[in-house]
Amino acid sequence: MKGLIVSKHEFTIKDLKRILLEGAGADEGVDLDDDILDTDFEELGYESLALLETGGRIEREYGITLDDDVITDSRTPRALVAAINAILQALVEA
Amino acid sequence: MTVTGGGHSTRTVITGMGLATPHGLGVEEFWAATRIGKNAIGPVTRFDVSAYPAGLAGEIHGFRAEDHLPGRLVAQTDRMTQLALVAADRAFRDADVAPGDLPAYGIGVVTAVGSGGFEFGERELRKLWSLGANHVSAYQSFAWFPTVNTGQIAIRSGSRGPNGVLIGDQAGGLDALGQARRQIRRGSRLIAAGGFESSLTPLGWAARLSTGLMSTCDDPGRAYLPFHPACRGYVPGEGGALLILEDERSVRAREAATIHAELAGYSATLDPRPGSGREPGLRRAIELALADAGTAPAGVDVVFADAAGTPELDAAEVRAIVGVFGPRAVPVTAPKTMIGRLLAGGAPVDVVTAVMAIREGLIPPTINVEPTAARELDLVVGRPRTASVRTALVLARGHGGFNSAVVLRAVD
Repeated sequence: MKGLIVSKHEFTIKDLKRILLEGAGADEGVDLDDDILDTDFEELGYESLALLETGGRIEREYGITLDDDVITDSRTPRALVAAINAILQALVEA
Repeated sequence: MTVTGGGHSTRTVITGMGLATPHGLGVEEFWAATRIGKNAIGPVTRFDVSAYPAGLAGEIHGFRAEDHLPGRLVAQTDRMTQLALVAADRAFRDADVAPGDLPAYGIGVVTAVGSGGFEFGERELRKLWSLGANHVSAYQSFAWFPTVNTGQIAIRSGSRGPNGVLIGDQAGGLDALGQARRQIRRGSRLIAAGGFESSLTPLGWAARLSTGLMSTCDDPGRAYLPFHPACRGYVPGEGGALLILEDERSVRAREAATIHAELAGYSATLDPRPGSGREPGLRRAIELALADAGTAPAGVDVVFADAAGTPELDAAEVRAIVGVFGPRAVPVTAPKTMIGRLLAGGAPVDVVTAVMAIREGLIPPTINVEPTAARELDLVVGRPRTASVRTALVLARGHGGFNSAVVLRAVD
C-alpha cells in the first residue's frame, strides 16, 4: 500500500454519511443526522450493493484498498469508521 | 400474433394510467396540453447537440427525481427508470390500488424499452475509460439494463407475478399491453404495462441518427411532418406511460375502480424481408386486431397513426389504413407531432390519449401539418375535432419491421 497518496488521515462519521448520501442516497424514513453510529446498515436501508458502492468511493477518495471482509464484517457505521481508521493509521505508520 | 380471438369470456380493462411526457407528468396536465395541440418540441438541452446534424427533441423539462422518489432509488436509477417509477406510482393511485393489498403473485409488470438506461450507462462508461474500472458505480450492474424498468417497478410495487420486458422499438409499447392481456387471461389479478424511453445523450443520439430516419430540420414547426410532402423524418422525445390492466370481473368486485376503457383487440405482425416485393405487415396487423376485437372497420371512430414522418413509411401507412377503411373513411391523427416519437414509450402514451378521446369526445390534432396533406386520409389537423369516440385503433411500428395494433373500446 506504500506509494498511494493518502489525502486525509482521519475518517469520521461525517465523512461516511456524506459518502453514503453521494453514492447510495438515503431511504425514506431514515435520517442520517440522527445518531446512527450503532444502527445496523441493513436497518438503515443499505444492502450489500449499496455498501459495495460506498466501499468503492472510500477507496478512491482515501487512496486505500479494502478487503471484502472489511465491508461485510462492519455491520454498523461505528464499526466501519473504526475499520477505515485502522487502515489509514497503518498506512501512516508504515 | 394474437393467440386468442374475439368472444373471449373475460374482458381486460384499463383502470389506471400514469404518464411522464414532454406534455407533463400527470394525465390531466398531459391532456390539457394535448387536446389543444400545444407544441413541446424544441432544441435539445440535455447535452451539447451542436456537433450533430439533428438538434430538436421533445424533452421533459423541470423533472427532478428527488422530488418524487426516495434518495436510495434516485442514486441507483437512470432517468428513464425514474420517469417509469413516477408514472407507475400515479397509475396505481389512479387505479385506486395499493399494490401491497393484493397477492404478490397475482401482480405482474410488463414494460417495453428500445434502448436502456443510456444516461446512467454512458456516464459510467466515460468513467471506465477516463478514470478506470474502480470508478464505475456498483449500480452499473443493473441500472442500464433494458429490463430495469420492469424490475424496479416490480420491486417497488411488491409484484412477484409474471414480469417481463418486450423490445420492438416503437411497436414494443403495444406488445407490452398485448402480453399483459394474455397474462390476465391466464389468471393474473393485475398487470401494470407500458413503456418508457429516455436516451437523449450523445450515444443515444448517434444511435438514432444511424437509422437515417431522424429529421435534421432545425425548425420546431417544420421538423416532423408526417403524411406531408415536405416530411423528412421524425423528432425523438422522451417519456412514456404505464397502464393498470385488470380482469373486468375483479374490477367490478372491488367497486372503487374507474374503468377507463377495454383493451378489446391486439395484434402484432412482422414485415416481409426487404426487397421481397410483398406487402408490409401493418395492414394485416390492423385487420387481425379488429378481428380480435370483433369490430368491423366501420366501427372504428379514430385511428392514432404511427406517423413515422418519412415518405416511404408514411406511404405504407396510408396504404394500410386506406386499404382497411377506404379513402377518408375514418379520422386519423398523430398527436405525437407535439412531443416527438418516444420509441417504446410512444404507443402507450397514444393509448392514454385514445382513452381521453373516448372519455371527452375529442380527437386531438396532428400539428404543423397543413390540411392539404395526405388527401387519402381524413387527417385531423390544426385543431381538435369533437366526435363521439367509442372505439379507437392505435398503431405502432418499430424499426426492423415490427407492426402492432390495439383496439380500445368504451366501457359503460
